[in-house]
Parts: sequence; structure tokens; C-alpha cells
Amino acid sequence: MSAKVYVPGDSAALSVGADGVAAAIGEEARRRGLDVQIVRNGSRGLFWLEPLVEIETPAGRLAYGPIEAGDVASLFDAHFLSGRPHAKALGRIDEHPYLKRQQRLLFARCGVADPLSIEDYRAHGGLKGLERALAIGPQAIVEEVLASGLRGRGGAGFPCGIKWRTVAATAADQKYVVCNADEGDSGTFADRMILEGDPFALIEGMAIAAVAVGATKGFVYIRSEYPHAFAKFNAALAAARKAGLLGHSVLGSSHGFDIETRLGAGAYICGEETSLLESLEGKRGEVRAKPPLPAISGLFGKPTAMNNVLTLASTPWILTHGGKAYADYGMGRSRGTQPFQLAGNVKHGGLVELAFGATIRTLVEDFGGGTRSGRPIRAVQVGGPLGAYFPQSLLDTPLDYEAMLEAKGMLGHGGIVVFDDTVNLARQARFAFEFCAKESCGKCTPCRIGSTRGFETIDKIVAGENAEANIALVRDLCTVMTDASLCALGGLTPLPVLSALDHFAEDFAPRPKRLAAE
Amino acid sequence: MIRKLAWDEELAGRLIDERKTADGALMPILHALQETFGYIDRAAIAPIAEALNISKADVHGVISFYHDFRAAPASGRALKLCRAESCQAMGCEDLIDHLRRAHGLTPDSETDGALRIETVYCLGNCALSPAALIDGAPIGRLTAAKLDALVREAGQ
Ligand SMILES: Cc1cc2nc3c(=O)[nH]c(=O)nc-3n(C[C@H](O)[C@H](O)[C@H](O)COP(=O)(O)O)c2cc1C
Ligand code: SF4
Ligand code: FES
Repeated sequence: MSAKVYVPGDSAALSVGADGVAAAIGEEARRRGLDVQIVRNGSRGLFWLEPLVEIETPAGRLAYGPIEAGDVASLFDAHFLSGRPHAKALGRIDEHPYLKRQQRLLFARCGVADPLSIEDYRAHGGLKGLERALAIGPQAIVEEVLASGLRGRGGAGFPCGIKWRTVAATAADQKYVVCNADEGDSGTFADRMILEGDPFALIEGMAIAAVAVGATKGFVYIRSEYPHAFAKFNAALAAARKAGLLGHSVLGSSHGFDIETRLGAGAYICGEETSLLESLEGKRGEVRAKPPLPAISGLFGKPTAMNNVLTLASTPWILTHGGKAYADYGMGRSRGTQPFQLAGNVKHGGLVELAFGATIRTLVEDFGGGTRSGRPIRAVQVGGPLGAYFPQSLLDTPLDYEAMLEAKGMLGHGGIVVFDDTVNLARQARFAFEFCAKESCGKCTPCRIGSTRGFETIDKIVAGENAEANIALVRDLCTVMTDASLCALGGLTPLPVLSALDHFAEDFAPRPKRLAAE
Repeated sequence: MIRKLAWDEELAGRLIDERKTADGALMPILHALQETFGYIDRAAIAPIAEALNISKADVHGVISFYHDFRAAPASGRALKLCRAESCQAMGCEDLIDHLRRAHGLTPDSETDGALRIETVYCLGNCALSPAALIDGAPIGRLTAAKLDALVREAGQ
């Protein structure tokens, strides 16, 4: 009987040598005359353990990690194929405390199943949501999604069910489902993990959306920084078409639906929904004024359901288990689970899916284990480049949409970036302005010009030039940007800047020598 | 390294033709040209405009909007180095300094060499920062020593 070995094909695993490990395992098995089947699964999201090799045994999936190609011979010597001990043995992976303490609904299959096998997808509960959706019809689908309380995971947190209801209610000869896979926020990688590790969940979610709103065509806009995810997802689309999940008759029903992929071209602003639509239409990625809402007049002027990868990929679970079961997780108006992404200077960085309401501290300390450098945590940025920096004293803030707003931050796409005490927050605030200046689509003056004024003024502050007046100027500038920007790039750049000023004022004290030396 | 073809009008015409009927064909066309030749030659603008029935100014406007599209050929390997927050927290700017000091390499410079350093903001590998892509292949936990090795390999 052939032994089944899992070596992740996720690009983070590849970045630390997973391909070499897979090749070495194949080679070593051949040399020893052993029959081994290697599955390239997605990642479980315990990235400090990658490459994480797993072996299927009667006692469950046993893991070894992090494995280097040089470890492979010793794994065979230790008889890892029968799950025997080894210096890098981790035991049953689903018993690992990092996973055991999570509530994995959306990420239940990622890293477990073969991402390109429809049979494996079905065996792990896949396609039940779509089957039910086809059986209950558009109106009932929208009701389930409304009942789940699912809000957009791309950053704005808009209720998904309301958006779908609007598209469904708008009559048109053509409607679209567009998936936003631009994942531009620094510190985030959950979309990428789904594209590479559980692509059928996104395809199933898009098909459910299509049935709900009456769309026949879908697009997935994937950023060019994700070449590997782009290739993997295209392979999954081909497999889905072959299996009858896409095409003229979705799973044998009267609904036709197909999906095409498009590649971004390195513009952060193209994650903003209207800019993304412009880009899909082959134009400059300039933000459109709203209204009209994309739900009414979106891609090529047609009603368009545009959602983030995680939003769409959550809907199969919701349709399978019911909206209420999903809404049982979470707190306040933030229902369900959020895949948090733990990154930066952190010991145990990775994917942590939890019900809304866990605190920042739970994430960075209990899961993250503190900094990788071993130094004290000084700041934590939540929600990507437009998110606030939190000091130690605010680490007990719960991670839900409303609580984050109240703390003058935002949850965004769920990225959490840890900094140790060597960070300089004046420098981080300067970067926030600089990033805005570089990525601005150019439509609004405060965003285009104000951002440049912003970092120039911060340079003056740290150089000790009229510090007080210039700090006031930065604050004024932030007010103007907040009030007079068409979209959240200009509108939210003030969040990281003001949080730095409010919580880390000491970093703005003049110290020209130190900054110059850095 | 990934060797790119020299500019070829006929091949470019074929790449444009194959894609011109797709929805929103311009981006797929531009990607195909850049993928094949390593940049988008000025000579491509007129045939694209004609194929899609848009103005040459429109085509030019799109090319110039996106960071990815290059106007000039490039020969060496491309190292896309992430300089966004998670990688900052793990010292990516020290790596940039190292490249400058030890190898005379500056990010996003116009000069073409064996190794080109391009700034990117996030590669989705933030749990293994600092992160990079070398000709599309991901690298995690990048160090100065790994950079030295990449510079050496590129020079050979
Ligand atoms: C500057 C900017 C960048 C954005 N980037 C992304 C992104 O990369 N991915 C994403 O899903 N949403 C992004 N958004 C949010 C989208 O505009 C939009 O709210 C989202 O795609 C809607 O889907 P959802 O409701 O499922 O979240 C961005 C918004 C702004 C203003
Ligand atoms: S705020 Fe900035 S990015 Fe957004 S529309 Fe205005 S100029 Fe464009
Ligand atoms: S911030 Fe560098 S890879 Fe995400």
C-alpha cells in the first residue's frame, strides 16, 4: 500500500524550500524502493513550522516540521512513513494547540485536502452549500446570507446579504459576480491561502452568489504579486469546469455560470472596488464616484456583486450549515469568524481563524508567542497600511468592527503586524503618507498632494523645525484628508498617522542624529 | 533567469489578436506583451489602439498608470523586494541598505544590470518576512547572506 505524504505547495511554504523537500522525499522513497504518494496540499497556516510535512496514519495526520531537504533521509531512517518519532515530530497536527484553539469554519479544509481534487473537496464537505443553494433558489439564499450576519471581509464590512439582494432586485440582461482578490493590505495573506489551498471554496461561493443574484459570468481579479496563486487558481478553474461545477449547467442545474481570471498590475488602489472595475474594463484604475453603486451599475455598467475572497468563500459553509449556525459565532454586530493574519515581528506568525471578539493581546501573545526578536512588543498595526498602530495599553481592545472603530482604528482585512521596541513611529507615520502618495489614483487633491506635504512635514518635525506648529499642521492635514477624499486611501491614511501621534508622541521629538543614523 | 524575446512586431500582433475579443482585453494584452518581451514597446501602442478601437492616448494612459508595466527592455534577473509594514518590522530596510552598501544596488533604479531590485508592497508572505520574489519564485525570511548569494548567482 502506498503511503500518503503531504508537502504544502503554498507559496509561503515554497519560500522556505517546500519544493526541495518534496523532491527529496520522492527521491529518497525511490532509492529505498518505497511506494509514496506525495500530495501538494495548501498550508495549515502555521508558517514558522513550514515546510510542514504530514503523513496519513490510522491514528490521524502526523506532522513533522520545519523540514529541510537535508532532514529527509533521517525521516526515512526514523520510519516516519509509519508515524514513528523523530526530533522534528509534532504529533497529531489537529491536536496542535495553535489549531486546537481556533474556530476554523472557512479554513477547515485549507492545508487538509488536495486543493486541485474535486473528489477530495467533496469528501471534506465541499459542494453541499451549492447543492442546497440550487435547491432553495435565489430568495432563500439571500435570506440565509442575511441571517448569517456575514459582512464584507475586504475591509469595509458591508453586509453581504444586502448587497446580494440589491443585485438580485436589479433587472438587467447581464449581471456579474466579481471577486476582489487584490489583497493589497500589508500583513495579510488569507485570500492567497484560499486561492492556493482551497480554491474550490471560492469557486463554490461565487457560484452560490451567481445563483442568488442571477449572474452568468464571474471574474476574479488577482494581484500580480501572487503569480503562484494565479496559476493554482486557474488550474482549479479548469478542474471545476471538467467536473461540471462551472459551465452551461452548474452541477446539472439550469444555471449557467463561468469564471475568468484577470491579473492586476501592481496598483494598490485597484483593490478599491470601483477602481478594480475600471481596471477590469481595461482602463486606468481611477476611483469612480458613488453612486451609482456597483450593485446597480458595476462592471461594463451592469449590476455586479463584488466581494472579497473570504466573503465569497464563507458562503458555502453558511448555506451548508444555515445562516443561524454562522451567526452563533461572534459578538455584537460582527457575526461569524474572521481569519486573522498574524505577521511582522512575531514568533508564531500564521493564520488564526476565530470568532469576532478575541483581543489583540490574545492574538499577539497567546497565539503569536511575542516577538520573534525576543524584545518587548511596542506597537501592533491592525488592518493593513490604513490601520492604526496600537500601543501596549490598548492591546486588550477586542477585534470586532465596532470596537476597532471606537478605538480609532479599523479591522480591515484582519491583518495584525507586530513591532518590537526598536520601531520608530514617526518613521511609520511618514511611511503611511509616502505610501498614500505613491499609490494615490490622483483624483483628489488632499490625497495626491496632501500626502506628500504630510511626509515632508514629518521630516521637519523630527528635524526639530517648528515641531509644535508642524504637528498641528499634520493634524489639520489629516482632517482635510479624512473629510475630502473620495475613497479610503486618502480618507484613512490619517488613521496610522494619528495613532502614531496620539500613542507614541515621544517618537516625534526632535532627534536628527538618531534618524539620520538609522 | 527567464530569458525574454527581442521585440517582434509580428509576434506582438499575434498576441494582441488572440486576446482582443476578451472582456476588458487591454490588461491581458499588456500582460502578454510584457511576459513575452519583458516590457511594452512603444511600437505596440498603435496596433493595440486599433485592435480595441480606443485612442493611442488611452493605451498610453493605462500603461503609465500601473507600476508593473515597463517601457524599456530589461535583461537581468528581477528581485521584487517587499518594503511594506510586516517586512519593515523584520528589517527589510536594513536589507535595502545592505544592497546599496555591499553591492551598489538601489531599488527601482533605471540602470539595467544582472540583478534589478524592484520595490513591492506585500507579497502575502508576511508571516515569513522579510519576503521577496526572484523571477517569480518566492523567498521567505530573507537575510543579507541570502541576498549576497542571489547577487553572486545573478552575476554568473
Ligand atoms: C484603497 C482601498 C483598497 C482596498 N483593497 C481591497 C483589497 O485588496 N481587497 C478587498 O477585498 N477589498 C479591498 N478594498 C475594499 C473594496 O473597496 C470593497 O469594499 C470590497 O471589495 C467589497 O467586498 P466585501 O464586501 O466582500 O468586503 C479596498 C478599499 C480601498 C478604499
Ligand atoms: S482618496 Fe486618493 S486614491 Fe481615493 S479617489 Fe481620491 S485620489 Fe484616488
Ligand atoms: S508585508 Fe512584506 S510580504 Fe506582506
